[in-house]
Amino acid sequence: MSGINDFVIKFATVNGSGSASANTMVAKTLFRMGIPVSPKNIFPSNIQGLPTWYEVRVSEAGYLARRDGIDLMVAMNPQTYAEDLAEVVPGGWLLYDSSMPRIWPRDDITLLPIPIAHICAKQWTDARQRQLFKNMVYVGALVELLSMDMEALKGVISDQLKGKEKLMTANLQAVQLGRDYAREHFSCPLSIHARPAEGAKGKIMVTGNDAGGLAAVYGGATVCAWYPITPSTSLAEAYEKYARRLRVTKEGKRLYGIVQAEDELAAIGVAIGGGWNGARSFTATSGPGISLMSEFLGLAYFAEVPVVLFNIQRGGPSTGMPTRTGQPDIISCAYASHGDTKHVLLFPSNPTEVFSMGAEAFDLAELLQTPIMVMSDLDIGMNDWMTDPFTWDDSREQSRGKVLSAEQLEAFKTVKGKPWGRYLDVDGDAIPYRTLPGTHPSMGSFFTRGTSHDEYARYTEDGRIHARVIDRIRRKFDTAATVVPKPEIETRDKNSKVGIIYFGATRPAVIEGLDELERTGVRLNAMRLKAFPFNEDVKAFCAAHDQIFVLEQNRDAQMRSLLITEADIPATKLIPALSYDGMPTTAAFVRKTVLAHLQPEKAAAAE
Amino acid sequence: MSYIAKPSAHHPALPRNALGLTRRDYEGSMSTLCAGCGHDSITAAIIEACYEMDLPAHRIAKISGIGCSSKAPTYFLSRSHGFNSVHGRMPSVTTGANMANRDLVYIGVSGDGDTASIGLGQFCHAVRRKLNMTYIVMNNGCYGLTKGQFSATNDKNSPSKKGEANPFDAIDLCQMAIQLGAGFVARSFSGDKRQLLPLIQAAISYKGFAFIDVISPCVTFNNHPASTKSYEYVRQHNMASENKLDYVEPKEEITTEYDEGTSTSVELHDGSHLMLYKVGEGHDPRDADMAIHTIRTNASKGTIVTGLLYVNEEQQDLHDVLGTDERPLNGLPMSELCPGSKALEGINARLR
Repeated sequence: MSGINDFVIKFATVNGSGSASANTMVAKTLFRMGIPVSPKNIFPSNIQGLPTWYEVRVSEAGYLARRDGIDLMVAMNPQTYAEDLAEVVPGGWLLYDSSMPRIWPRDDITLLPIPIAHICAKQWTDARQRQLFKNMVYVGALVELLSMDMEALKGVISDQLKGKEKLMTANLQAVQLGRDYAREHFSCPLSIHARPAEGAKGKIMVTGNDAGGLAAVYGGATVCAWYPITPSTSLAEAYEKYARRLRVTKEGKRLYGIVQAEDELAAIGVAIGGGWNGARSFTATSGPGISLMSEFLGLAYFAEVPVVLFNIQRGGPSTGMPTRTGQPDIISCAYASHGDTKHVLLFPSNPTEVFSMGAEAFDLAELLQTPIMVMSDLDIGMNDWMTDPFTWDDSREQSRGKVLSAEQLEAFKTVKGKPWGRYLDVDGDAIPYRTLPGTHPSMGSFFTRGTSHDEYARYTEDGRIHARVIDRIRRKFDTAATVVPKPEIETRDKNSKVGIIYFGATRPAVIEGLDELERTGVRLNAMRLKAFPFNEDVKAFCAAHDQIFVLEQNRDAQMRSLLITEADIPATKLIPALSYDGMPTTAAFVRKTVLAHLQPEKAAAAE
Repeated sequence: MSYIAKPSAHHPALPRNALGLTRRDYEGSMSTLCAGCGHDSITAAIIEACYEMDLPAHRIAKISGIGCSSKAPTYFLSRSHGFNSVHGRMPSVTTGANMANRDLVYIGVSGDGDTASIGLGQFCHAVRRKLNMTYIVMNNGCYGLTKGQFSATNDKNSPSKKGEANPFDAIDLCQMAIQLGAGFVARSFSGDKRQLLPLIQAAISYKGFAFIDVISPCVTFNNHPASTKSYEYVRQHNMASENKLDYVEPKEEITTEYDEGTSTSVELHDGSHLMLYKVGEGHDPRDADMAIHTIRTNASKGTIVTGLLYVNEEQQDLHDVLGTDERPLNGLPMSELCPGSKALEGINARLR
């Protein structure tokens, strides 16, 4: 049950009202007090006037999954009063603006009425200020109700107002008004409140898209082409932000180029052109963009051009739910494009991994000479995550893969015993050597094409050669399986024959869910997939378990299909565990799904 | 269609350019287009242009989309890297390639279907981005590879081989290019090598977006007398005779052989000059409005204006706009690109 450093607070506001930055301040203040927090922004596909919510889960135990059951609701949006009221757990609290009289039809919760609009109207004359500072008044009230550290809050406000220091005084004034009101009218703090802790010490708070932009800088990307699409937009913007800071010469010249393309087709085309010409190149997009980019992805696959794509997944099909999360693009990305096409996918589970895997994606793209897709999602990409700080090993070698210099081209036949051919496998790893335009006056030129070609890049309509070349590209996928990140396996009971496979943003829900199950005596071993193609570890885990839940955020159990098709796992072993309502998966979902299957009678009785 | 290599041996007495290369060194594999295809004449002009300009072929990148035209890059500059991309998307691939290495010469080859239909959006935005490239449309007014359907540049009422009249208005790519801000816009005819050659040379020398729409009759599907893209029609309705051109390389003297009263000299960024003799009806190619007016008034009379239609001698290119380093981005060492662990500490600190 909720208590000190263990509660969920939810803000129901209207988008465009300035509430987002105020709500972030609350989460950040708790974080700076050392308490693990997990904020989730639930926002509409709209700019102004529609309902938006911001949930902050506070968990000293470090459980960062979204949790249902709101302990304290800050109900600032009359449009959603009814549903917001319903979400509060019995014994919980509801804070609202009582400037207008309002009846709340529930007697099992405590109301915290604050005449916020009246307070602001008295203090400020400007309409905009009256509106904006309403948010800071409730933040002030929460300082008292939740025992938030005022110094920490001041630091957070000051960070947010960088460049607008003049506003500091007024913001603090609003906070003070809220504090005063709460102290005078309520018994503070509430039984749920904050207390300095250690769990968040040493951590950072960042979005996955911020991490992705930074990954592209660290990964050495110099060409970025993108087309705005929620929820990927902020990744390209983060790349620009960091590149502007970290990639400009003393003379003011940029060591990067960014093109906001006319559409996703052009965005991937630019990235492929850059990759073909030897620059580390990338694009960022979401589901509809993947559909548009598919033809080009097939070209990059078949012509073997390195390129990195960040897919920040959202709810589909079609335009779907642009501002809700999901993992519905597994199949469409794994097999993007017509013909026999397969792609390497990476599955980061938090912003720290978006950074490390994002940077690694650029190495893999050049190593394997193929598109690499980093499969993030809206939850990872746009929500702030409390996560481990970014690390970088300066001795790390960022290999550019098999690219021949003029000298290497000249010596190729002597060294390798075979003449150079763009698509000739001389090393037995199915990865050929490539050359870049402009390398040698008379050697190494070739024609890159999406039409069938032989080992020397010459056009062919000979079916035997065609089959030989696409077989070799398929073998390259075997090489890929040996170099992509291995799955993370957590053994809770080495005798247990029940396991769970998951990937990406569901990690906090799985950890917490398995802990809860373990407390009831049910032990599951877990495997977190980090990449496709699957390697031997994936097969071994499946072989060692009889019943394996496959947790994913899509309707059609797409990862399960991939496991059946690509790793030959018997379908009967793989139990779909699917959550696809657009919300981050909860531990309760994991627990209930597992119990419903393992102990159906008990689960039914508990309902 | 298949890949046919040409024998590389050649006569020792063949003339050589300043790099010691013969024309043969600028050729590609054997053309597999129909005999008499206008595209092959354009190919020949590109080979000649690069040979005469002493361009090192390996410093040229040739990029195309899909279609008969887009196959053409196989038939020239075998020492250049080529990229036959996807239909209508040559401009985006060229954009990325150019961003990666600003030091190469980019020749984009496209067709009327590839540019005016499926790739119209990409064409427009490459123009807008002021990509430093030479964009050549081999324009035959029809889809050759799929057997002769009308393309969007086909003139209204111009009949197909079967005799059906095209019911839709044509897109005039030169007018579009001028309106969208292309710095160099020309139109020529595959059968007029004297005009085409200096235009290609000037386009390559031009820094910024250089566009050449080359009418190139399709001998198989669109070369009957009634077609406005046929050899016969274009020869009869071409204003090129009024509009002779000469390209003067920067190393050559340009003081001789031109008559002040009847010619204009256009200076390009690299110091080369494009001389225009007897420009038709007093056309000044620096005047965009006049260029469009000239195209339109002539088109209404069924005449095709060829030659240099518009040039902006001051255009900035995409790299100027982006403020990128002078060095090619693809050659920057990782040590300069990766900020390292120390910078990361600072970033982590801001996120605490």
